[in-house]
Amino acid sequence: MTASRTAATVHPTHEDLVDERIILCYYVAALTFLTVSMSAGLLVALQLVHWNPLTGVELLSPGRWRMIHTNAVAYGFLANAFLGTLHWVVPRLTFHKVASRSLSWFIFVAWQVIVGLTAVGIIFGPTFQDQPWLLDLAKQWHLPMNLGAQGVEWGETPFWIDPVALLGLALVAVNFMVPIGRSKGPMYVTLWYFMAAFVWTFLTYAMGNLLPEYAVAGTSAGAIGGLFIHDLVGLFVTPLGWGLMYYFVPILLKRPIWSHGLSLVGFWGLAFFYPLQGIHHFLYTPIPMFLQYGAVISTIAVELVVATVVINFFGTLGKKGSEFFTNLPIRYFYTGMVFYFITCFQCALQVTLTFQKLIHFTDWVVGHAHLVMFGVFSLWLFGIMTYLIPRLLRRPWYSRTLCEYHYWLSSAGLFVMFLDLTLAGVFQGWYWASLQPWDASTDGSQPFWITRVFAGLTMFAGLLCFLYNLWMTWRGAEAAEPSAGRIASVTA
Amino acid sequence: MFESKSGIFFIAGIGFFLLAFLGNGAVPMLMYKDRHEQTAEEVVNQKVLNQFADLAERYPESFQAAFGEVSAEKCAEALRLGRQIYVGEGCWHCHSQFVRPVSNESRRYGPVSKSEEYDNELQRPVLFGTRRVGPDLSREGGRRGNDWHAVHFYRPRTVSNNSPMPEYPWFFDGAPDKPNRRGLAVITYVQWLGSWLDEYPYYEELAEVKSE
Repeated sequence: MTASRTAATVHPTHEDLVDERIILCYYVAALTFLTVSMSAGLLVALQLVHWNPLTGVELLSPGRWRMIHTNAVAYGFLANAFLGTLHWVVPRLTFHKVASRSLSWFIFVAWQVIVGLTAVGIIFGPTFQDQPWLLDLAKQWHLPMNLGAQGVEWGETPFWIDPVALLGLALVAVNFMVPIGRSKGPMYVTLWYFMAAFVWTFLTYAMGNLLPEYAVAGTSAGAIGGLFIHDLVGLFVTPLGWGLMYYFVPILLKRPIWSHGLSLVGFWGLAFFYPLQGIHHFLYTPIPMFLQYGAVISTIAVELVVATVVINFFGTLGKKGSEFFTNLPIRYFYTGMVFYFITCFQCALQVTLTFQKLIHFTDWVVGHAHLVMFGVFSLWLFGIMTYLIPRLLRRPWYSRTLCEYHYWLSSAGLFVMFLDLTLAGVFQGWYWASLQPWDASTDGSQPFWITRVFAGLTMFAGLLCFLYNLWMTWRGAEAAEPSAGRIASVTA
Repeated sequence: MFESKSGIFFIAGIGFFLLAFLGNGAVPMLMYKDRHEQTAEEVVNQKVLNQFADLAERYPESFQAAFGEVSAEKCAEALRLGRQIYVGEGCWHCHSQFVRPVSNESRRYGPVSKSEEYDNELQRPVLFGTRRVGPDLSREGGRRGNDWHAVHFYRPRTVSNNSPMPEYPWFFDGAPDKPNRRGLAVITYVQWLGSWLDEYPYYEELAEVKSE
């Protein structure tokens, strides 16, 4: 598709448009943070089953590394991998370069500094919290003044980094909005999602990190916190992820999206219903009940919208179903979509007050979060990397087998973890409701938590296969397998 | 409109975001805007002050070095620092701070949480929490003694069988009877939680639980 487009004389060439080096740099950064995040997850998982060998070490405290786990995956892995991929997709879709290449590199460096400093703040902040000047400031202004994590879930980024991160997000929006603004003619679906995502991400970050810290306390801050947790997934990760699917799936299948009408329903349905649901994270809190009902209803509504999107993509796959088995990136994408459908179906049930009684506060929710963050968006990004990296390095993958291992270990490990934590959640909910002593629930969770350790190790092993494969491909090792033709066709 | 740049930028991007913010964020903010947000000094009550004095009596040298004399002002300082530690160490990721009206929670923890309990500086950002690996802590104050908390922070499994909670030896100068400033502050904070209520059940005393 793109080859014929860029060959035309009226359009700039791929080399003019795309800065391939920055994409590789983003991917290296993304995979580095993913490794950190998974190590942190492993540490916390080991703590829960009493196998933590590093217990009692202040700088390796599982409480602090739990926040490294979530922040590194959201801002280190997903954001970096998305930004890298955007540098490929946006110029090729709009036929215009990003606003400025030097700005791109500035954003790249700045973003790594932001994520790195967030980690430094979370790890070292609490150790140095007890400074007289900090306490004086907190007393004078009645503000939290945490050197380390802020008390906002997914928004733990210390308050002193927030303004820099906001500036970074604004620059990202400008850098990619300029080529979108310059493009002529009707916009393709992908660009609807991207454009909205640039606006939403900035607004969401500003709302969630500034309001509960400086403007409101108590119940209304809870409503904002719920909205932030929710919008971060729904208005930053989701639109970028689906935008990329609308771009890569038709290219890889060499056929157009099945229904343009359903694309419209999917986008506008998501845009309208998704941000209305924040409060469903805090059902049965003192937040007014009529607001809780509203959040529940719009959540169920958005799951219907999701169904139309998934149907549209399976219509696109159509009779090319065999590609699912032969084309690895396509397999990643459609596995992610199946997981997405499970996530959303689960969500329509668990958001009801009936389910909430039992499963709120339990590992059910943790399983749900892993299913969406790893099972959907990470798998999609793995698929995109599997497709793009041979193009960026201009050589086939070192080992197709290792690519397969990466897929199977990641998706199978994730699926086991999801089932395991979901079941654990049901057990925990009933242990608590039965008014047994608290120990009953933590002791009863042990089999599930032990299973989770091994499921996580499986996913980690998949990542190690990918990293080794990438290393060998990068340094130009000869493909380990003879069927070079097959390798090329797999990723083509 | 549905596929144009301005439609997507202004209606979907800014419009729908603001609509949702109005409905989900601004409504509760406006509903509660006239309520007074208490400062840390204002939430110090006699119960937490007694606990603070108990810490001074129990660990005189540590307390002298960390806070000097017992006073309401010093107690507010301990609450502020204690909360900062509680957030920074990620306690709120495993301990919620709200009691729901379902799932027998009011029998285990005490009265269902009310909005006015959260109108204070120490709930900025609010610490409802989303996960309970350990129990809810919003009625924890006064349930257990300061010495229990000290040992529990130092090595949870000493007093709580098979607890998966991490150890916090950096709240102490080498032994559980020598809490440092951070340790004393975080214990004061935990003893404050729920101290504003007149009373609440002590669920281990329930007949069903006792009969085990």
